[in-house]
Amino acid sequence: MILTRENLINLILAVALLAIPLIANAAGQPFYITLATRVAILALAATGLNLALGVGGLVSFGHAAFFGIGGYVAGILASHSFSGEPVLFGLSGTNQMWIIWLVAMALAGFVGLAIGAISLRTSGVYFIMITLAFAQMVYYFAVSWPAYGGEDGLSILVRNQFPGVMTMVPMNFFLICYVILLVGIALFAVIRASRFGAALQAARQNEVRVATVGIQPYRIRLTGFVLSAMITGLAGALFADLNRFVSPSMLSWHMSGELIVLIILGGTGRLFGPLAGAALYVAFEYALGGITERWQFFLGLILLLVVLFARGGLVGLLAGKAKHG
Amino acid sequence: MTIALALEQLLNGIQLGVMLFLMAAGLTLIFGVMGLINLAHGSLYMVGAFACAAVAAWTGSFWIGLVASLVAAAAAGAIVELAVIRRLYDRDHLDQVLATFALILMFSEGTRWLFGSFPLYLDIPPLLQGAVALPGGTEYPVYRLAIIAAGALVAFGLYMLISRTRLGMRIRAGESDREMIGALGVDIRTLYTVVFALGAALAGFAGAMVGAIQSVQVGMGEPVLILAFVVIVIGGIGSIKGALLGALLVGVTDTMGRFLLPKLMVLFVPPAQAGAIGGAVASMLIYIVMAIILAVKPRGLFPPAHA
Repeated sequence: MILTRENLINLILAVALLAIPLIANAAGQPFYITLATRVAILALAATGLNLALGVGGLVSFGHAAFFGIGGYVAGILASHSFSGEPVLFGLSGTNQMWIIWLVAMALAGFVGLAIGAISLRTSGVYFIMITLAFAQMVYYFAVSWPAYGGEDGLSILVRNQFPGVMTMVPMNFFLICYVILLVGIALFAVIRASRFGAALQAARQNEVRVATVGIQPYRIRLTGFVLSAMITGLAGALFADLNRFVSPSMLSWHMSGELIVLIILGGTGRLFGPLAGAALYVAFEYALGGITERWQFFLGLILLLVVLFARGGLVGLLAGKAKHG
Repeated sequence: MTIALALEQLLNGIQLGVMLFLMAAGLTLIFGVMGLINLAHGSLYMVGAFACAAVAAWTGSFWIGLVASLVAAAAAGAIVELAVIRRLYDRDHLDQVLATFALILMFSEGTRWLFGSFPLYLDIPPLLQGAVALPGGTEYPVYRLAIIAAGALVAFGLYMLISRTRLGMRIRAGESDREMIGALGVDIRTLYTVVFALGAALAGFAGAMVGAIQSVQVGMGEPVLILAFVVIVIGGIGSIKGALLGALLVGVTDTMGRFLLPKLMVLFVPPAQAGAIGGAVASMLIYIVMAIILAVKPRGLFPPAHA
């Protein structure tokens, strides 16, 4: 890998995210470990969205649906494991994280396939509104379905298990999330550099040319959308385990908006943009929240200024323009 | 279940549809003329409701409050257009979504700052209190009928404005070719501000009318905004006619679905679960309808010819 300025910044970001909780752990400040875990999970969710939004140019305003589905998979499987009742067709629940992750990815991917298959028939502003509407559909379903807490949400009494790791120790759970984030980012890089990734980017840049060389943009986009949904779903499962709680708010359209905000704050289509954005977002939330309870107002103001005047996001600001848009 | 009850629900559905139309008309007009997707439209709805509730509480008159809601929402719309929105016309939809999402955060938190977290209440004016008898024996509130009438009147007024006045002619011209009407000497920047303020006033009016039957609180505009999106996606973005039919379709489908589906489910599943399943399906019904319509017509029922 060539040591460009962007790669250097990426390296610093990755090391800093690991260093902060290590220092916090040594200093006996577990709160900062939780913050760093939150950054890692949100960054993973946004990395998933970045595949659709940054690489494929698909402005999905409904990724909270996949995030929340991942969360509910963790919550529902854990609650069945606790109560001993089968989930469906005699299949029992589980408190094993890796099974939960696979189920979360599979279910998010399946729902992503259904939503994508309909939404991708449209484009532009229709696509934005339709993905938003489908996410609202999942949201209202979760609110009105009483079996798993409805509006009140569902608690996970004990954090789910991972073989050989005490997951209730904050540092251990952070490391799990950190490793998954790095794997997710690596996967993103591999996908983007592959033939498929090239086709996905080409479909964003010039749909007609892609179709002319014999590639169907629809299939490429649908595949990208499903992969994107799966990564975000995995992040949702981790998020539920972090909070040991899942509620419809994970599915709300504010969550979808936040995920887009993370990408824009960091820099659209950049490998480490989501991580930079998530770190910046959580830092804002924490710093502004300490100064004023009206922090959302100032967050809105900052976001507005970034959109109007600093379009490359944080990575763009530090590393200069992307070589190709 | 009686016919009278069904009629009452049908009227509720039409009332919801009419309010949705006021929201959707502004959204679709702004998109049709300026090509802008405005998430903050729900905030203007909220501004209208808060202005009406605050002024009505201060003066004791709902009617002055209603006028205040129009003025406040139109003024808020004009200010936002001048300060922020006009920088976004040339940007892609992603930037528009983000900037207007940021505006929602600012409007919601700003309103909470001014009015506190507790909901305000708005009384129905004495003139419109009471109920009328429906055929079949039940009673229906006069105020809800008044909402339907007011909405129909505004829809008609909007139609006349767009098809019969000079301003409407310029709006239609702006939809079909914005460079050309600029070249013909129409001040397009002012026209955009006027259209945005008009859409905002419609949203503020809807907020004030609905404020009297619901509580006036921060975030009240967001569910309505998303329903209005469903409406304009179904109707075809940019089409006022599509917005009207889409709004009535969504309003009636949503209300009747919530009313009928739990009763229908009793035929298939045990009554204990019928309510829950019926309710859950009913809450998703309009999105299912939207998906079916889009599967058949991806650009909505009345796609604008030039887009």
